[in-house]
Amino acid sequence: MSGEPAVAVQELTRRFGAFTAVDKVSFEVPRGEVFGFLGPNGAGKTTTIKMLTGLLKPTSGSGRVAGFDLLRDTEEIKRRIGYMSQQFSLYGDLTVEENIEFFAHLYSVPRERRAARREAVLEMADLKEGGERLTRELSLGWKQRLALGTAVLHEPPILFLDEPTSGVDPISRRAFWDLIYDLAGRGTTVFVSTHYMEEAEYCNRLALMNRGRIIALDRPAGLRAAMPAPLLEIETPDGPGAVEALAKAPGVIEAGLHGRLVHVLVQDAEAARAALPKALAARGITVGSVHAVEPSLEDVFVALVRSSGGVMES
Amino acid sequence: MIDFIRLRAVIRKELLQFRRDSRSLALAFVLPLLLLIFFGYAITWDVKDIRMAVVDQDHGARARDLVSAFQAAGRFTLVAAPPRTSDIGLLLDRGTARLALVIPPTFSADLGAGRVAEVQAIVDGSDANTATIALGYTRAIVQQFGAQLLSSTRNPVPPVDARMRVWFNEDLSSSNMIVPGLVVLIMMIIAGLLTSLTIAREWERGTMEQLASTPVSRLEVVFGKLIPFLVIGIVDVAVSSVAGIWIFHVPFRGSVLFLIGPTILFLVGTLGLGLAISAGTRTQLLASQVGMQATFLPGYLLSGFMFAIDIMPLPLRLLTYIVPARYFLVVVRGVFLKGVGPEVLWPESVLMLLYAAGTLGLAVRAFKKEIT
Amino acid sequence: MNERAPMVVLEGLSRRFRDLVAVDALTLTVGAGELFGLVGPDGAGKTTTLRMLAGVLRPSAGDAQLDGVSVAREPERVKHSIAYMSQRFGLYTDLTVAENIDFYAGLYRVPRAALAARLERLYHFSALGPFQKRLAGQLSGGMKQKLALSCCLVHEPVILLLDEPTFGVDPISRRDLWLIIHEMVAHGTTVVVSTSYLDEAERFDRLVLLHRGKRLALDTAHALQSRMPYAVLAIPVDRVREAREVAAKIPGVHRAAVFGDNLHLSVDPAGGDGARVLDELRRAGFAAGEVRRILPTLEDVFIERIAGAA
Repeated sequence: MSGEPAVAVQELTRRFGAFTAVDKVSFEVPRGEVFGFLGPNGAGKTTTIKMLTGLLKPTSGSGRVAGFDLLRDTEEIKRRIGYMSQQFSLYGDLTVEENIEFFAHLYSVPRERRAARREAVLEMADLKEGGERLTRELSLGWKQRLALGTAVLHEPPILFLDEPTSGVDPISRRAFWDLIYDLAGRGTTVFVSTHYMEEAEYCNRLALMNRGRIIALDRPAGLRAAMPAPLLEIETPDGPGAVEALAKAPGVIEAGLHGRLVHVLVQDAEAARAALPKALAARGITVGSVHAVEPSLEDVFVALVRSSGGVMES
Repeated sequence: MIDFIRLRAVIRKELLQFRRDSRSLALAFVLPLLLLIFFGYAITWDVKDIRMAVVDQDHGARARDLVSAFQAAGRFTLVAAPPRTSDIGLLLDRGTARLALVIPPTFSADLGAGRVAEVQAIVDGSDANTATIALGYTRAIVQQFGAQLLSSTRNPVPPVDARMRVWFNEDLSSSNMIVPGLVVLIMMIIAGLLTSLTIAREWERGTMEQLASTPVSRLEVVFGKLIPFLVIGIVDVAVSSVAGIWIFHVPFRGSVLFLIGPTILFLVGTLGLGLAISAGTRTQLLASQVGMQATFLPGYLLSGFMFAIDIMPLPLRLLTYIVPARYFLVVVRGVFLKGVGPEVLWPESVLMLLYAAGTLGLAVRAFKKEIT
Repeated sequence: MNERAPMVVLEGLSRRFRDLVAVDALTLTVGAGELFGLVGPDGAGKTTTLRMLAGVLRPSAGDAQLDGVSVAREPERVKHSIAYMSQRFGLYTDLTVAENIDFYAGLYRVPRAALAARLERLYHFSALGPFQKRLAGQLSGGMKQKLALSCCLVHEPVILLLDEPTFGVDPISRRDLWLIIHEMVAHGTTVVVSTSYLDEAERFDRLVLLHRGKRLALDTAHALQSRMPYAVLAIPVDRVREAREVAAKIPGVHRAAVFGDNLHLSVDPAGGDGARVLDELRRAGFAAGEVRRILPTLEDVFIERIAGAA
């Protein structure tokens, strides 16, 4: 897709008193992309989204969303985006159809289009027969699909989804992502934030966020390829003991438990593969197998944070 | 039943939290003083500076004497002396005067001839309280004036000389009546408010769920929350009493030592009620609403503070028996103004003991260590 | 499992809220020293189950024995042997780290003599030592969870019940938390953890998949993944989303999902090595790479089981 990017921000910053929630964040999202924001709670994802949707004023920095200036034209921006907040924001005591009706009015969906859009949204949420149900009686997966539906009632070119599948069952989550792909396929730019590492794989490109800063930005495959060091996986019955023993071993950048296995970030894969089992045996820890593995996004995250100097706490 | 190590842990936690919560601190220490000072000064049944107009149609010496008698009483201020009675309407409408005295043209003549003379007092009744008091003063002054006249005539038989003496509150100073009552009322509100939120707040914040999973017993939680507030309450009563004595010159004729006992009983009863409310409701919003209804309204209406219990209709009078403030008020007034002790006040003390046991029992029963 | 003494035994444990059945006759046994997982999305009944085990929610029916004590009949007695970490942060944000731990040490009557050594170990594990005087409300999410876990461990419980301890926590703190948990398990503590993160499920000795209050499956992660009725093939392909539409229609393909730049296809195990699928894709004009057979993810297992239960 060519033309102006859907979202472009430079050095976007937001402070709350002495606390910097978002720290000089810069990125661009071309149109039609599914862009992910991955990071733990408190990383600044929601704050960033709120600034992009015009709900929160940046402390400094600049940007453009849907072709309009972030600081000056927030009302124009709001007309052209869809937003699904982290907390469920539909009315529990209205029926599904009543909620759709309400939001259709709120977003000024033209009268001629309303019926068609309502049908489309009901279809999208798989609620064609459930229109009369009270919203609060729906299970979480359905609620989220309905919320997504109402966010696109006015067919916005850009969609912001803040942790849309948190806690949702796997079937609904897949269905939800199918919906997102559908929308993206038709040209909608989708901006998603999540703390589920596995969901990150669904995105075209990802920004890893921690403590207000973007620590990496690339396609998922690219992020994995750019690991600062090779990763070894060690099978051993005494995981915690092995981690403790290897943490200080020479050539080891970082050792951690990954499931019941031990993942070790090393400087040299070959050397480590030979040396580490010996180091562990010396401590009385038996080793089942050692081999190089492709890092998961969690490995990438941890490695990036460590290599950028950091302990994550302060 | 109660493990002292656990109890101590709960007490310590409550005190630490209390110390860091500026709102609770203000509620506990600043608010009572503010309320006391504010209401102490604002509520007074003594009325001074009643603006008075006089229509003197007589212009005689006796008429002037009567007017002087009013002015000398120290409660009235002469603001107008219109010539005609038709002027009174406007003065009262505007509020320029609250009371108008009309002395008819035959006043001095009647008195001189030994006949009964009439004067008319017209009072602005839109504030019934002040009006009643003003009329009361007027009657007293006129009566006294009449008595003086009688004694100064050559009539050797003086009329019945009613002497009145007021015991315990010689000046009939309303402060003396109000301030002790205020101390009681304020303590009831504060104690109720402080505790009514505490358990509900823990449920709302999620800390109670965590706490409920530990072996801590219900008694330990209820007493652990009660004891710190009891200490704070005693300090509050002491500070309020001292303020009352110092600012309003309320006399203190009884024993400080004795006052401690009933104070503790009253506080336990009220704190217990607050805790019961907190345990029974699970949200702070509901707890504070119910808390206010259960402490302030009964304290204000049914404790004998504002309205005398004796003249209440029977159903309400019966209701006052379950308002602990009623008993504590008797004790406080007794200790402050009458200087009496346990020999007189033991029935009230026993009733407060029963009330305290009752509300504590209710609190322990209402508090459940499970999510409902 | 056979050699472990039963430590947490659920027998038909149920809980309903008006007309919603949150936990439906759950029956399972957790052995001593086992790391056991309750896995499922929101609404599966994980929190309700843990609350009942911790004695803070009364069961509607059924019972559970924790260390031999019935939670329906003697909930208060159970609490001496367990520690529970609620899903919501349950400590006092207006108390410091040290004050919170001290409070719980008092509640569990940890003897003074033992306390100092335990505190040192806890602070070492949790890396909270330098933050003892900080108010709990000012800690980051990961540190809060570590604090909560420390308060649970101060009395060295026999059974640990943790409700989604790593939800939303940063990856490094998450690893620290799991390290602590694994250490406790190594020392013989029985640990029951609930999670909605399917990727964490591999850590457990055994896990139970919960869905709408019912038990879908109970086994080790590996066993569940290996016993799937079909195989999963991973094929890197361009224009993944379009490829998915095409692949889903190929006979023998049960399900086609996008996973990054790969297609994950669930196929009949007898269907061969996927050469045919590859062929079809290439013929349809897609540039497809090498086919790899991979173990189904737990998400695949879950979906299959839910579909099966329906």
